[in-house]
Amino acid sequence: MTATTSVAEDARAAPGERGGGRSRPGPWRGRLYRWDLRYSPYAFVAPFLLFFAAFGLFPLLYTGWASLHRVELTSLHHTEWAGAHHYVRLLENDFFWNALRNTFTIGVLSTVPQLLMALGLAHLLHHRLRAATFWRVALLTPYATSVAAATLVFVLLYGRDYGMVNWALGALGIGPVDWQNGTWSSQCAVASIVIWRWTGYNALIYLAAMQAVPDELYESAALDGASRRQQFRHVTVPALRPTILFTVVVSTIGATQLFGEPLLFGGAAGQKGGASHQFQTLGLYLYEQGWFNYHLGRASAVAWTMFLLLLLIAAVGGLVARRRGGDG
Amino acid sequence: MRVRGRTGGGRRAAPVHRAGRHLHGGPLAYAVLSLFALGSLFPLFWTAVTASRDNTRLARTPPPLWFGGDLPHNLVRAWGEAHMGLALFNTVLVAGTVALGTVFFCTIAGFAFARLRFRGRRGLLLLTVGTMMVPPQLGVVPLFLMTARLGWTDQLQSVVLPTLVSAFGVFFMRQYLVEALPAELVEAARVDGANSWRVVWHVVFPAARPAMAVLAMLSFVQAWNDFFWPVIALTQENPTVQVALTGLGRGYVPDQAVIMAGALLGTLPLLLAFALFGRQIVGGIMRGAVKG
Repeated sequence: MTATTSVAEDARAAPGERGGGRSRPGPWRGRLYRWDLRYSPYAFVAPFLLFFAAFGLFPLLYTGWASLHRVELTSLHHTEWAGAHHYVRLLENDFFWNALRNTFTIGVLSTVPQLLMALGLAHLLHHRLRAATFWRVALLTPYATSVAAATLVFVLLYGRDYGMVNWALGALGIGPVDWQNGTWSSQCAVASIVIWRWTGYNALIYLAAMQAVPDELYESAALDGASRRQQFRHVTVPALRPTILFTVVVSTIGATQLFGEPLLFGGAAGQKGGASHQFQTLGLYLYEQGWFNYHLGRASAVAWTMFLLLLLIAAVGGLVARRRGGDG
Repeated sequence: MRVRGRTGGGRRAAPVHRAGRHLHGGPLAYAVLSLFALGSLFPLFWTAVTASRDNTRLARTPPPLWFGGDLPHNLVRAWGEAHMGLALFNTVLVAGTVALGTVFFCTIAGFAFARLRFRGRRGLLLLTVGTMMVPPQLGVVPLFLMTARLGWTDQLQSVVLPTLVSAFGVFFMRQYLVEALPAELVEAARVDGANSWRVVWHVVFPAARPAMAVLAMLSFVQAWNDFFWPVIALTQENPTVQVALTGLGRGYVPDQAVIMAGALLGTLPLLLAFALFGRQIVGGIMRGAVKG
């Protein structure tokens, strides 16, 4: 062991003496060159960091500050220390808990079916298919549709009296559902808009990950006599675990922020999330507090509560991932 | 092909199941895919159908399943009632600027993080990645106060500037350049006497072009469809398409035909892009998924 190390060191020392043969540029150009080397990295990251600091980091911290103050939309220049007042009021407020609950249920209703269907679709797309590009483009098209355009069509589809969904249900002998005013029905309707827009996108992400799984893994599984279903469960899904975790995190963040779908699904009083707040999410509650009740300070407290919630979810997710990773 | 060689051998007792990639999709796969494709495309088709009908027809069962003759009339009304022309112009301007800015700033920053040595690099990159998870809601109150104080309410720069760079974009470009831009290439350009900006122009940009295209596309679509902040920062007097649609959808007596005509106008440009560049867009998203 010691012998090999000393030989390696000798070999490394030898070429060092040959170095330094490159001709030096003139003093002025040399200085420019050194400045360029030293400072241009900062010039490259500076625009990004400046914008990032001004429109990302500063607002993030300022929101924390504002959440501890009285800031009213009607008198923007007048602020007053309020301490934990907004947070206390928030925790006492039924509509806040209602919004939190709705965000959770709509989040589960939209994320779980969406990712499961995406996984199944990716599995199908992974086959050798005729018109493969067509299927992929068709499934991705909803991704190009905006929240606003998508929600407005679904409002029409879910109309109580003349909507196509109730018409189709009627043809099957099922009575009309009040998609706007029921609690579960309206939450399912809102979730379905999210599912419609994002399933194909997630399917493509899974497909990309599936294509990156080495063939040898499948071949050895096949030699061990694993059926296609077993291969999917024991080769594909474990190999996709990082991607699945990634989509779960992204979808969870998206679900926590849900805003446009319930806002427009609620029509004229959308910020309330329906007549009895039945689908008001945290994002809508923030908007209502800030821009309808003019309490920007309290809106900031809602924002920071959402942030803390996300950190909690991320921490739990990280723990789960680590434990799972340790087992596998 | 190899699959057929093995399983076609006649020994049905122990069939060898190969990787999904080698298998042809059966009729069931096509049936399920058709169902989902129909589900994906139908609401868009129906947007066009309802945009071509009048309100009395929309308030009758069964709902219309094919086009009527009122499309021009509805489009003219949407154009007039919701500043749809101005909204489209604004949206093209905003999405175009955001896409160009994001690609340029994120590429040079990504290059610096991928290939240049400087003090604080690790920490800054960590900060960038860490804040990728922060939701935009968290900043709206201060952003609103800022735009109000600067007198930018209702002006397009209030929606362009906050989205002109993206932490995801920097991370995405860095990941791509770490693999696609060999350090030797940068070294060689340096030895030839190129300064940093020449390196960026002649070496980095050509190497990064595929990822730049993906990032441009992603940020364009995102900026086009951006909702939360524009609804707060802009008014119906100077809207983007999404803001204009919000105004249409929230009337007390919704004029469905006009709403759907507006929705069609707001979606059509991206749908056309999908029809033309579908393959590239799909490829871009899949590549972004693996690298990102």
